[in-house]
Amino acid sequence: MASRRHSPWRAHVVLVITSLLFLAPFVWMLSTSLKHESRIFPKPGKPPQWIPTTERLDDQGRRLVMHQGREGVETGRDERGRYLLDIEGETIAAWPEDFEIRQKVGLHWRNYPDAFQRIDFFRNLRNTLFICFTYVIGTVLSSSLVAYSFARIPWRGRNAMFVLVLSTMMLPYQVTLIPLFAVYSKLGWVGTFKPLVIPAFFGVPFYIFLLRQFFLGVPEDLSAAARIDGCNEFGIYWRIILPLSKPALATTALFTFLFEWGDFLYPLVFLQDERQYTLALALQQFQSQHESAWGPLMAMSTVITIPIIILFFFTQRTFIQGITLTGLKG
Amino acid sequence: MSRADRRHLRNGLLFASPYIVGFLVFVLYPIVASLYYSLCQFNVINPPVWVGLENFQTLFTEDPLFWKALYNTLFFTAFSVPLSLVFSLSLAILLNQKVRGMAGYRTVFFLPSIVPIVASAVLWLWVLNPESGLINGMLRQFLGVDGPGWIADEHWAKPSLVLMSLWSVGGAMVIFLAGLADVPQVLYEVADIDGAGRWIKFRHVTLPMLTPTILFNLIMGLINAFQYFTQVYVMTGGKGGPVDSTMFYALYLYRNSFYYLRMGYASAMAWLLFVVILAATLLLLVTSKRWVHYHGE
Repeated sequence: MASRRHSPWRAHVVLVITSLLFLAPFVWMLSTSLKHESRIFPKPGKPPQWIPTTERLDDQGRRLVMHQGREGVETGRDERGRYLLDIEGETIAAWPEDFEIRQKVGLHWRNYPDAFQRIDFFRNLRNTLFICFTYVIGTVLSSSLVAYSFARIPWRGRNAMFVLVLSTMMLPYQVTLIPLFAVYSKLGWVGTFKPLVIPAFFGVPFYIFLLRQFFLGVPEDLSAAARIDGCNEFGIYWRIILPLSKPALATTALFTFLFEWGDFLYPLVFLQDERQYTLALALQQFQSQHESAWGPLMAMSTVITIPIIILFFFTQRTFIQGITLTGLKG
Repeated sequence: MSRADRRHLRNGLLFASPYIVGFLVFVLYPIVASLYYSLCQFNVINPPVWVGLENFQTLFTEDPLFWKALYNTLFFTAFSVPLSLVFSLSLAILLNQKVRGMAGYRTVFFLPSIVPIVASAVLWLWVLNPESGLINGMLRQFLGVDGPGWIADEHWAKPSLVLMSLWSVGGAMVIFLAGLADVPQVLYEVADIDGAGRWIKFRHVTLPMLTPTILFNLIMGLINAFQYFTQVYVMTGGKGGPVDSTMFYALYLYRNSFYYLRMGYASAMAWLLFVVILAATLLLLVTSKRWVHYHGE
């Protein structure tokens, strides 16, 4: 670009500062998740604490203190409520604001098991994974079949049908949600996973579009050669097109997994029993009941975020390509 | 129709059949039903009762909360969409300078947009906490000022959400990056020969060549902003507080359907939303002929 010859250090400064701003909430989340309850709310006038600390104790379990530049230990309270400090053999009674309790880095891991216990973590995880994987399988299978029809079979009316697929992407979910809820409750499906996974097996417009774009790029000669060898249409789809489309299929699987992992609205509407909750729903429910349990809340947020970040690191290329594909070739 | 045509038609329909069934069951039927419900009183438990246009009449003339929700949503859209657009484009342009470590920066900017929304909403609730949150803590530490109540303050709640939306512009940024990569290098070389400065090149090469990408991000941003729901549901416990200042359209619609079981009323709201989204998109597409340049034109 034009600015290539101009001082890149200025760009670096801006990028570093912006990066820090973007990362700060993550670091804050991790830091809070490792703080003891007593450290989460800073004392008035103290700056935010980035690194969790804990009190330093001597070998008898007494707190180490600092009083007017001298070190000592806290030994007890007197009848007026003052703290008794043993400073180099001398006993001093002091109010809390007159001395400092010495700190060291201390990670409070308890928030994690606490969070796991307060929600039914492993059950919620299993629910989430079940929904994610079923949804991914359904979407990949059905959307690739439909995309094959639109990309590789020249049938009359397919263009009109494809326009229909695209135009349904414009439809806000609010329009279809209420009638579907009415139908599902008649069928007794509300309170089961069925409303969350079954629609995936009937083709998801966005991925039909994405896969079609990819299938269009596979040379027609390959299909023709397979046809001469006696391959039927399904054989071409299954043995030629799918193996050649792994990147697009991976993108589809990745995006659907990610979306379902964090989906909130549909579980909120269709799941009723706590035992069926997904992680995202469980986190929200926990938050609404324990508004200031920030330690466990941040621990839970970390746990539901980390898998996504790890997944992203391993699949960055697929990811960026996928977004580019859907964003530009539209 | 030849035999080959017939075979293609049969195969084509067969392969497309999952979608055809899905369309009928999960799209067409709900659309028709929703249109019918919007003209009825309906609470799921009892069969719908026809009331004609009463739902729409009530919405327009007797429901101040509907107007409030509409106002809140438009306010959020009017700030969050353009600001996100400018911000994501700026980040993309910064990253497009072939700076060292570009992939790392890209990852950092992109990460927030893939975090599950519930997790990021809970996180921001804590970051924006008036007493102990990160932002007000930093404001006190570095500027010595007491920050506002953010999400807890009637007047700051919507700006808080706009601020939060800027954190997740990574998707739009990646799309802009791809758009920038598509700008033919030769145009810059020609501009160099003409002695054009950086601003001239940005204004007369980069920006015109990016207009299709801008249009795409603008439309997606608009559609998402109109349907803004999860963040505000999580951050206000589904209440849209304080004092209805974050009662967004999609939240009010959700409350009508699943709290008050006014499904007919909510369906009417859903149709109005659809009309607004459709109108806004069409308006953008029509006016885009004047400002969007497609390659090769």
